[in-house]
Amino acid sequence: MKPLDRRDFLRAAAVAAGAGLGWRAASPKPGAMVWQIDPQTCVQCGRCATNCVLNPSAVKCVHSFQICGYCDLCGGYLQPGAKTRDTGAESQLCPVSAITRTFVEDPYFEYTIDEDRCVGCGKCVKGCALFGNGSLYLQVQQDLCVHCNECAIARDCPADAFRQVPAEDPYLLKTRPAEGGPPV
Amino acid sequence: MMRCVRLVAASSVFLILTGTAAAEFRFPMPEFASDYQPPQVHAPMPDLDNSALDVAVLAGALAVAAWLTLKARSRRGLFLLAMFSLIYFGFWRKGCVCAVGSLQNTVAAVADPTFEVPLVVLAFFVLPLAFALFFGRVFCASVCPLGAIQEMVAVRPAHVPKPIEQVLALIPYLYLGLAVLSVATGAGFLICRYDPFVGFFRQGASFNMLVLGGVFLIAGVFIGRPYCRFFCPYGVLLGWMSRFAKWHASITPGECVQCRLCEEACPYGAIHAPSTVGPPVERRQGVRRLAALLLATPLIVGSSAWAGAMTGEMLARLHPTVNLAERFTQEERGVFQDMTLDTEAFRSSKKSVPQLYAEVDEIRRQFRRGSAWLGAFFGIVVSAKLLGLSVVRRRGNYEPDRQACLSCGRCFAYCPVEAEPKASTRSDLPS
Repeated sequence: MKPLDRRDFLRAAAVAAGAGLGWRAASPKPGAMVWQIDPQTCVQCGRCATNCVLNPSAVKCVHSFQICGYCDLCGGYLQPGAKTRDTGAESQLCPVSAITRTFVEDPYFEYTIDEDRCVGCGKCVKGCALFGNGSLYLQVQQDLCVHCNECAIARDCPADAFRQVPAEDPYLLKTRPAEGGPPV
Repeated sequence: MMRCVRLVAASSVFLILTGTAAAEFRFPMPEFASDYQPPQVHAPMPDLDNSALDVAVLAGALAVAAWLTLKARSRRGLFLLAMFSLIYFGFWRKGCVCAVGSLQNTVAAVADPTFEVPLVVLAFFVLPLAFALFFGRVFCASVCPLGAIQEMVAVRPAHVPKPIEQVLALIPYLYLGLAVLSVATGAGFLICRYDPFVGFFRQGASFNMLVLGGVFLIAGVFIGRPYCRFFCPYGVLLGWMSRFAKWHASITPGECVQCRLCEEACPYGAIHAPSTVGPPVERRQGVRRLAALLLATPLIVGSSAWAGAMTGEMLARLHPTVNLAERFTQEERGVFQDMTLDTEAFRSSKKSVPQLYAEVDEIRRQFRRGSAWLGAFFGIVVSAKLLGLSVVRRRGNYEPDRQACLSCGRCFAYCPVEAEPKASTRSDLPS
């Protein structure tokens, strides 16, 4: 039996590399993809806050102001049993106090997210979806995300809400629905 | 204000009555009397362009490592370069992208043509292999951050007894096979998930992974580079390449004088001693052993493939969908009273139970077939190892094992041939 020499090995390696490149050339190229959460599928399980390789998570709550009701009694801001509708820590649902409540005009309040504080736990999202318009929802903040091969949250997402989207259009934002249509 | 409260109350009642949380968009956007303008949604774009620099640094570091190994023969240089790689690829780039993990992307792209492998990741997969084909495992020596962190802690490395070393060195092949199987079946990127050091690089990981990393580092003080030698799946590929390297680090720069000084220098068991005078076994006995092994090879490969196929069902649990289905079945049978987040989400999803089971059947089928291949591959590796061990090679000098040598350069300093020009100034050296 002739031992494999370098020349044979190089030849085999070249054939393998050529085949690989051919395979790549023949297969369709979707372009760069990034991870994103489909807000319609998300169940706010809380794993986004804990399972990201980053700490705090790259998943943050975003607020689509266009569909917000600007409620005084905001299900995303206030604890369900809150005694007063104020900005006291004991009334707030957010565990890290990342939502700022600002008076706009009677009876409307604006809620803004401080992304530096937000940990992506989704508590406010759940509250807003239960009692409000669903204008608060979780998204992967693409400037923070390190774009892992296999997103650690996507793997553990119980609702399969993570999917890969083109990098040119990296968000699945909720917008105001067309007349009579469902929100998208 | 009252309107909002009433609406909330009404919708809560509605929710309780219908028991659904799907309802959304209950309130219209207010028409503000003031000139209030709602802010824009904060949605920054991804930054994907910083990686060309990584490839340049990788290529540069590989080139410097090759020069340090083959020309400069500088252990100190290699160590300093390793520390640079640890800081850049490890702590600065947070351990990602790495060549060890890029193996999985490449496999994923072959298994699923729609999977996009960025060119950077492909470069990280190919460049170290190409360098190994020419210069040996210079990537392991001082470019891989995982190797570098272990190189840093290897202060009292002891020799692992040869037989144990030979057996442990089989693990990477198994790990490589498992990683490929896991990616090909869509069960995920095992190598990344069980990377023991990336938690240190990112300064954050699950408790278990940090403990595992700690264990590897502490073990690495006494056993040189335990992850590289006994686990790293990419090292398998690098070893294959390095075996056929055009140039490779040599222990001595000149003629080996067989002083045996280098024998103890290598903490990785990668130095072969010269063969002893006269064959260790009778020629006829050796031939008979080799023939028996050759005959046994199909048997080993076959039984290993069979064992692989048998474990397929168990390995399928690597896949989250299989886990979900098993848990769901147990809940239905009343084994568990409470639901997990996953089963709860599945129950409220649109996916039907037969759909789930059909999916799981397909995954299990893939795993059975894949793990039979994995078993056959491992059988071939074991047979090749046995054959390799039973063939006597004539070796006149102390030589590095090209496949196992990590080109760390520890042996350079031990060779007196290298030290010869300086011998005149070192009177303490025996003549």
